[in-house]
Amino acid sequence: MIELEGLTKRYGEKVAVDDLTFTVRPGIVTGFLGPNGAGKSTTMRMILGLDHPTAGDVRIDGTRYDRLEDPLTCIGALLEAKGVHPGRSAYNHLLCLAQSNGIQPRRVHEVLDAVGLTAVARKKAKGFSLGMGQRLGIAAALLGDPRILMFDEPVNGLDPEGIHWIRTLMKSLATQGRTVFVSSHLMSEMALTADHLVVIGQGRLLADTSMAEFIERNSRSYVRVRSPQRELLLDVLHQGGITAVAGGDGALEVDGSKAEYIGELAARHQLVLHELSPQQASLEEAFMQLTAESVEYHAHTGTPVPPQQWGDGWKRG
Amino acid sequence: MAATQVVRSEWTKIRSVASTVWTLSLAVVVTIALGMLISALSRSEFDSMSTRDRLSFDPTFISFAGMSLGQLAMIVFGVLVVSNEYSTGMIRASLAAVPKRGTFLFSKLAVATALALVVSMATSLAAFFLGQAMLGEHKASIGDEGVLRAVIGGGLYMTLIALFSMGVAAMLRSPMLSLGILMPFFFLISNILGNVDATKKVGRFLPDQAGSKIMQVVPPLGDDTPYGPWGGLGIMALWVAAALLGGYVLLKRRDAQ
Repeated sequence: MIELEGLTKRYGEKVAVDDLTFTVRPGIVTGFLGPNGAGKSTTMRMILGLDHPTAGDVRIDGTRYDRLEDPLTCIGALLEAKGVHPGRSAYNHLLCLAQSNGIQPRRVHEVLDAVGLTAVARKKAKGFSLGMGQRLGIAAALLGDPRILMFDEPVNGLDPEGIHWIRTLMKSLATQGRTVFVSSHLMSEMALTADHLVVIGQGRLLADTSMAEFIERNSRSYVRVRSPQRELLLDVLHQGGITAVAGGDGALEVDGSKAEYIGELAARHQLVLHELSPQQASLEEAFMQLTAESVEYHAHTGTPVPPQQWGDGWKRG
Repeated sequence: MAATQVVRSEWTKIRSVASTVWTLSLAVVVTIALGMLISALSRSEFDSMSTRDRLSFDPTFISFAGMSLGQLAMIVFGVLVVSNEYSTGMIRASLAAVPKRGTFLFSKLAVATALALVVSMATSLAAFFLGQAMLGEHKASIGDEGVLRAVIGGGLYMTLIALFSMGVAAMLRSPMLSLGILMPFFFLISNILGNVDATKKVGRFLPDQAGSKIMQVVPPLGDDTPYGPWGGLGIMALWVAAALLGGYVLLKRRDAQ
C-alpha cells in the first residue's frame, strides 16, 4: 500500500505536484494517468524518496521510504529505461543492486530469466535496445520480490509483443495480491490494464475512482440527430418524452435512446432527417475532457491570431 | 540495512566498469615512467649543476616527479567513480536501493579510497625504487632519514588527491564540469600560485602544494614554508574533509537527479 498525504512539490514559483492525497491499494492495478508534464514522474520520485517533497508525506506500508529496511524487498520501481551504466553488464547491474539489499545472487539469475535477458546477461548495457533496457529496469524492480511495484510509463519503447508481456505481468502481479502502481499518458493503455484510476493534471488530483465507475460515468452513449426541421423535431421529441440537447453543427444529441425509436418517431411525423447515428464517447475523449483545463501545452486549434505587423507597436507608441 | 551490504555492492560497481582499470593503470604507468625518466635526466645533469642546486638535490623527491602527471589520472578515477552515477542516471536506482544517503556516499568513498590507497602505495614504492635505480650513485636509500616517510607519504598524497576529487565530483555531479575544474587547477593554476612570489604565501596552502611537502626529504635552500611534512599533509587532509563534507551535505539536501 502506498499512501500520499498532501504531497506537494514546488520548483521556485512553479508547482509540479499540488497537494496530492490518495492511496494505492494492494491486489489491483492502479493506473496513474495524466498528460505529459502533469507531475506523474515527480510524484513517483517522491514516493521513492529521491525528490524531497516541499510539503506532505508518503508512506510505504505505513513507513517512510528512508526508514525501510532493505527497500527493494518492499517496493520495486521502474523509473526509466536508461538508468544504467552503459559499460556495466546486465548481470553486474542487478548484482550490485541485489547486494546492497542483501538479496541472494541466485535471485539475479531468476529475474533475468523472468524478463528474458539471460542470453545477454553478460553483455554491456550500452548495446541494449530501448526495449531491452526497459526489461532490465523491470528485472531490477522484481529483484527483491517486493509487495509493491511501481512502473513509470512501462510500455514506452516496447514492441507489441513486449507491451502484451508487460500487461500480463502487471495483472498477474496484482492477482498475487501485490500493489501495482503504473503511470501512463494513454487512457487506452490504462483501460486495458488498470482496475483503479488516479488522474492528475498540472499536479492536481482530478479523479480517484475505480475503472468500472470511470467507464460507466464517462462512456456516454447517445444518438446524434440532424434535421432541416430542427424546431419541429425538438417538439416531436419533447412530446415523446425525450430530452435533446444541442450538439455541435446544429445537430441534436439524445442521451440513452435507441436510434430506431427516434427514426420511427420522426417518420410518423414526416420529418426529414439528415443524420441519425448512434455515438459512443471514447474513454480517451473523457480523459481529454477531464484534463483539458490542466494541459500545460495546448496544440492551437481554430483560427490563429493574425500576426502583428512589424512596427505596429512603434506606430502606436 | 547493513553498511557491509552497501560496501559489497559498491565493490561490484567499481570492479565492473572499465574506467576503473584504465584510470588506475594510467596513474601507475605515468607516475613510474615519468619518475624514472626525470631521475635518469637528473643523474646526467648532476655534474653540470651549481653548488647551490647540488646542496638541495633531493633524489627521493625527484623519483616522485611523475606524480605531477600521474595524479591527473587519479583525479579522473576519483571523479568518474562518483559522477558516473549522475551521468548515467544510475543514481536513482542506487538511492532507491540505499535511501540512507550518508551510508551510500561513504560506502562508495570507502571502497574507492581503499582501492586507490593500495594502488597509490604500490606506485609510490615502485616509483621510488625504480627512480633510485636510475639515479645511480646519487641515489637515496630507504633507510635514510625521512625517506620512508616520503615514500609512504607519496602513497597517501595520491590517495588524498583521488578522495578530494570524489568530494568535488559529489558536489558538482557532472564529470565534465568536475574534470574541467580539477585538471587545469592541479596541473597549472596551483603550480603557478605556489611558485610565483606574489601568490606564494597563499598558494602553498593549496591542497597539492601543501600535501606534496611530505615527499620532500631535502628542503630547498632558504625554505620558509610554515609547516612540516605532516603539517602539509594535514592541510591537504583538511581540504579533502571540506570537499567531502560539501559533497555529503549537497547529496543529502538535493533531489536525486
